[in-house]
Amino acid sequence: MAGLGFEETELRLGLPGGGGNDAGEAARSSGKRGFADTIDLKLKLQPASAAPAASSDDDGVEEEEKEAVAAAAVTPAGDGKMKSQSSVVTAQAQPDPDKPRAPKAQAVGWPPVRSFRKNVLAVKSEKVSLVKVSMDGAPYLRKIDLAMYKTYQDLSMALHNMFGSSKIKDENNDDEMVHTYEDKDGDWMLVGDVPWEMFVESCKRLRMMKGSEAIGLAPRAMEKRKTRS
Amino acid sequence: MREAAEEADSPPSLMSEDDAGSGGSSGERWTADLRGAGNGGGARPAAPPDQVLENVLESVLEFLTAARDRNAASLVRRSWYRAEARTRRELFVGNCYAVSPRRAAERFGGGGGGGSVRSVVLKGKPRFADFSLVPYGWGAHVSPWVAAMGPAYPRLERIFLKRMTVSDDDLGLIAQSFPQLKELSMVCCDGFSTLGLAVIAERCRHLRVLDLIEDYIEDEEDELVDWISKFPQSNTSLESLVFDCVGVPFNFEALEALVARSPSLRRLCVNHHVSVEQLRHLMARAPQLTHLGTGAFRSEAAPGDGGMSMSELSASFMASRSITSLSGFREVNPEYLPAIYPVCANLTSLNFSFANVTAEELLPVIRQCHKLRTFWVLDTVGDEGLRAVAETCSDLRELRVFPLDATEDSEGSVSDIGLQAISEGCRKLESILYFCQRMTNAAVIAMSKNCPDLVVFRLCIMGRHRPDRITGEPMDDGFGAIVMNCKKLTRLAVSGLLTDKAFEYIGKYGKLIKTLSLAFSGNSDMSLQYLFEGCTRLNKLEVRDSPFSDKGLLSGLDYFYNMRFLWMNSCKLTMSGCREVAQRMPNLVVEVMGDQSDDGEETEIIDKLYLYRSLAGPRSDAPSFVKIL
Repeated sequence: MAGLGFEETELRLGLPGGGGNDAGEAARSSGKRGFADTIDLKLKLQPASAAPAASSDDDGVEEEEKEAVAAAAVTPAGDGKMKSQSSVVTAQAQPDPDKPRAPKAQAVGWPPVRSFRKNVLAVKSEKVSLVKVSMDGAPYLRKIDLAMYKTYQDLSMALHNMFGSSKIKDENNDDEMVHTYEDKDGDWMLVGDVPWEMFVESCKRLRMMKGSEAIGLAPRAMEKRKTRS
Repeated sequence: MREAAEEADSPPSLMSEDDAGSGGSSGERWTADLRGAGNGGGARPAAPPDQVLENVLESVLEFLTAARDRNAASLVRRSWYRAEARTRRELFVGNCYAVSPRRAAERFGGGGGGGSVRSVVLKGKPRFADFSLVPYGWGAHVSPWVAAMGPAYPRLERIFLKRMTVSDDDLGLIAQSFPQLKELSMVCCDGFSTLGLAVIAERCRHLRVLDLIEDYIEDEEDELVDWISKFPQSNTSLESLVFDCVGVPFNFEALEALVARSPSLRRLCVNHHVSVEQLRHLMARAPQLTHLGTGAFRSEAAPGDGGMSMSELSASFMASRSITSLSGFREVNPEYLPAIYPVCANLTSLNFSFANVTAEELLPVIRQCHKLRTFWVLDTVGDEGLRAVAETCSDLRELRVFPLDATEDSEGSVSDIGLQAISEGCRKLESILYFCQRMTNAAVIAMSKNCPDLVVFRLCIMGRHRPDRITGEPMDDGFGAIVMNCKKLTRLAVSGLLTDKAFEYIGKYGKLIKTLSLAFSGNSDMSLQYLFEGCTRLNKLEVRDSPFSDKGLLSGLDYFYNMRFLWMNSCKLTMSGCREVAQRMPNLVVEVMGDQSDDGEETEIIDKLYLYRSLAGPRSDAPSFVKIL
């Protein structure tokens, strides 16, 4: 972590480049370093290395960024940030399709199999973790299968595609959405606080709520963590 | 035979074909000519020559059914336009935003009484919505269409909706507006629940067809409505009831009673809450069934706990000799598979695409299906299973092989070997959808030569940018051979490692291609240029994650009016490129979606572009994440 502003190591489920909300940032900055350091969901692109990779990889620009980040995300806790960075660079330096690639973030909607079919088959293989997802202001309640995603970034992309935007138009200003979830104990937590596998196991439902309403959440989440560890 | 049902992920029980017609009404704006029959004052009111001609014309036009032909006829002269408008029986709207509901209703209204229109086909969201690429709330609401058609077409008999958002209220209004409704089919729709289904069941007393195919049912398990009980208590005219996508539990006794009082029922596809024990009851009530969706195809008893024997189930199939189409098998217990042997010899359509069966379990079944024309299956049967299909099903026209594990790095159980085998055994193949992880140019080339009747070729190599697994070469030559040798090809989906060369081939030889899907393909904008300039019949182009920039987009300017739509996501388009298209093409609606900031720069890369020709101009129901340029 040396030499890096702490903001860069925070877990944020906000969209690439999107601004956060102050409450969330304040909450997160106060505590959960260990694992959070190794997962940097905020895209810090090195434009120079992105450009050549773009032409040889033939990926859409966004996909590439997400790949790089996911590669970082998969890196286990340990050296943290620096290791992540090198994974990022490594992934982009391997344009040759024959060489084994770093594990990629899944592309949304690829392979093109309809969700109806995917859900049916997922249930069959019993690896399913269906949770309801709601977004404040949207009349839709959807279900997603958390087992289909490997990282918070995958999940974020899927939610982004599902609901279109992480912003909702407020009367006064755009209010950024905050991803929250209800865990096994019935408490509402901020998404991204805990290791992915732990999240999948304990998440019962997801709710994207207005940032302004999520302010109260973080301190409780923190307390819970203290009591747990 | 539904002439307008588009080929899609619909079960084999519905024939899949390309759409009839070019989609939408003519582009010209006609003003009504009120000249009519001027005979001069004082003449006897004999039928004026114009009127006689029109009457004759109307009789003749009755025989024209394809929308494309009717559109052409309507352009001959005004009298033909009027006559055609009065006699059109089916209104086909391939893009619900291409024309306003009111205008469409007026165009073919033909005066009080609703003219001739008896059938409406409406399609909404772009197909990539099926793959979570179009956010919820995008649009395609059926409400304004029902509101406009209600008064205009009170005698409407058939409604076919695809990728539309349909609320329970909409269903209520449909039931109220169209008392003669006989057929309601909804494919890949969302927004309604069992409440809406109950209203349809209860109020549409003449209903013959209720087909719900891969719809998303908005149901909370604690708010279910017993819709099956709402059908009329007297004998019904039901011929087809398909509800396998309605995943919530339902009242089985009510269904059994319904089937018992529906003597015309030919097609019944139940959901996975039906066990083999229950299935037997249904089959006993409807021995005349031709299409059966079998539900779970396992016993309601716990394994090892008794439950029905295979031979008991087999007796049911022996008594149902009219069955030609089977689907379902959603939680199939392979021990029950032999029960279907009695009907295999007559089967023309078999959907095993939810059945996790091995080659070994498939073999004894498929070996008896000599007449099979449509086969959907999971890749769990492997190349070996496909070889068995090739050896037996020489009459096969449509094959779909779906992946059990639809992820990029899955093992994949079928490969070029299976494809090659199929090409050698199934020479009459017309349509194929094949998901795999490993493919070779040689196998694709073989198919192009062995199966010259191919109309639809969709190959999905799931790993991105995968080359030929043996030569390491791009897959250009394979797809090139397909467009060169399959002269009837109208629909193509490509995958694997592809350079601009592949698209040069497609542009050069793919003259009949109407629908084209690309993903992670091509090197440069030349690919798009080849397509736009070469594929003269191109109607629908879907592109994702390919390195195409504004230059490629702009190379299509001269062609966009000939297309229904263009979809591009995760490419290299910028706001300024999209804006240029919007400015130069006034009859196109250009929608940009994604998380671009409102005050973003014009050189910012955009996420999703959806453009389509339209007589209606920018729509007023676009949500906040859609920007119309």
